[in-house]
Amino acid sequence: MPEPSPSIIPSDDIAVAALDVGGPGDPGAGGKPRSLWSDAWHDLRRNPMFLVSALLILLLVVVAIFPSLFTGTDPTFCDLANGEGGPAPGHPFGFDRQGCDIYSRVIYGARASVAVGILVTTGVVVIGGLIGALAAFYGGKVDSLLSRLVDVFFAIPLLLGAIVFLQAFPFRNIWTVVAAIMLLGWPQMSRIMRGSVISVKESDFVTAARALGASDMRILTRHILPNAIAPVIVVATISLGLFIVLEATLSFLGIGLPPSTVSWGGDISKAQTSLRSAPHVLLYPSVALSITVLAFMLLGDAVRDALDPKLR
Amino acid sequence: MGTYVLRRLLQMIPVFFGATFLIFYLVLGMPGDPLASMCGERGCDPATAAALRAQFHIGEPLHIQYFEYMKGILTLDFGETFSRRPVVDVMREAFPITLRLATVAFVIELCIGIPLGLLAGLRRGKLFDNSILLATLVIISIPIFVVGFTMQYFFGIQLGWFRPTVSGEAPWNELLLPGIVLASVSLAYIMRLTRTSVVENTHADYVRTAVAKGLPRRRVVTVHLLRNSMIPVVTYLGADLGALMGGAIVTERIFNIHGVGGTLFQAITRGEAPTVVSFVTILVIIYLFANLLVDLLYAVLDPRIRYA
Repeated sequence: MPEPSPSIIPSDDIAVAALDVGGPGDPGAGGKPRSLWSDAWHDLRRNPMFLVSALLILLLVVVAIFPSLFTGTDPTFCDLANGEGGPAPGHPFGFDRQGCDIYSRVIYGARASVAVGILVTTGVVVIGGLIGALAAFYGGKVDSLLSRLVDVFFAIPLLLGAIVFLQAFPFRNIWTVVAAIMLLGWPQMSRIMRGSVISVKESDFVTAARALGASDMRILTRHILPNAIAPVIVVATISLGLFIVLEATLSFLGIGLPPSTVSWGGDISKAQTSLRSAPHVLLYPSVALSITVLAFMLLGDAVRDALDPKLR
Repeated sequence: MGTYVLRRLLQMIPVFFGATFLIFYLVLGMPGDPLASMCGERGCDPATAAALRAQFHIGEPLHIQYFEYMKGILTLDFGETFSRRPVVDVMREAFPITLRLATVAFVIELCIGIPLGLLAGLRRGKLFDNSILLATLVIISIPIFVVGFTMQYFFGIQLGWFRPTVSGEAPWNELLLPGIVLASVSLAYIMRLTRTSVVENTHADYVRTAVAKGLPRRRVVTVHLLRNSMIPVVTYLGADLGALMGGAIVTERIFNIHGVGGTLFQAITRGEAPTVVSFVTILVIIYLFANLLVDLLYAVLDPRIRYA
């Protein structure tokens, strides 16, 4: 990845595509058969890494939805007299160059990052998942065509494509940023979904469903997808963090979210000018961003460990 | 082998045209007058506007515009920048700089990433392994521009070990710090990939055979275990090579390097279509050939893989 052109998630994570999603029937610890999912949940509840990251993400979502619960200061109220000032009563993180309260900007900045992360991830899972599943399910010509389409979008570096896309719009808002990242982010999901569906579609339970006369639609949605979605969920969780970094990178380059939006990426970009005189201006939004990304990565790692039978 | 390469080359053709058309569409085909974004708020002077209209066949259907432009590119006529400089000249300046930067980053990734990943994999579950896993996650989570600023501030300004910004010719020694920054995230991924792969292969039959034959541990680890564990790492490195060439936008901006990333970013924000499309075309070609190279390397690493 190179730069956060998080275009590639190495097969460290993709390795899960090969995991055994053999469906229900694995005898659990209690002797009763448990599904892959309840088995995974059983493991997750005991994994401290999962608990810590899940709590962090929960807190983050609450902060993003109700920022006013955490601070009474208006993040857009700035007093130049306080410029680059250190911590003061009621302003634990000090002030940035314009004299805005850093603590409240960090709190209010969570919304942009979380919103972009969740919207992009949902979008790429739906689009990429659909295309990957169709390619794998129908195979043959459909597969060749869709796979070449994936190759085309894969050949353009994610960050580069997003910049070119954003530049084509005369205006900027959260939706253009989401669309830009989605445009080149979906092929990754598509490849993983395709691999996963191919490994599931020859299973006996699919043959059984077909023998009973189930339609293609029913086989795909009721039998294949529930058993093939695990690797996609793992990669999606990890990617969510990477998409947040990408949004911040675009804002850093000055073509992401508009300057009026309070966002970590924008604040980090502005902090460049204060780096020598007041490093704390850069510190707080960077730490907030990094912890957020770390939380999603840890969550993805924990979910993968729980879903991967090889590690049990 | 020959047929395999030929088939792969044929498969590249639609991907090449698809990817270049996609970029062409994004730069020139979006709704609105493409010249409006090219010349900024003051508008083009009539001579430039006419030249641009002629060069891109503006007003004609997009696919005709695309084919005319591609015809030029395939005969190595990449067009001119707004200041009437041939794009080829700009490329000749930018690509060697980025190639040096990418080489520095690539060497760092290989020389540090693989040995540390191997050690972590051999010591699975031990303190060293867990610290590597945690450290790599932290590195991946910190955005590259924060890493860049911080390193530039500490090593360039506070300690004065490196020049904080790179001069015009970008000699090797000045590219060391930017190279480290550029390599950091990939380095973390390579360590994790190597570690995972080594852990998976430690219990493979061929490793047991090699041990049973009485080979020294050093030979088992380097020749048998490591070589067979390299496949996912090489896959990643191949994709990374393409990304390093084009993805250095942020690093080149922080350290003021006038390589591919820096030039490309400027061209995109100015809407300088000839430069953008030409650079991206070259990058797509690099990406495609890097991937082909990776697939051919598989057979070298794992003798069981043969191409029909």
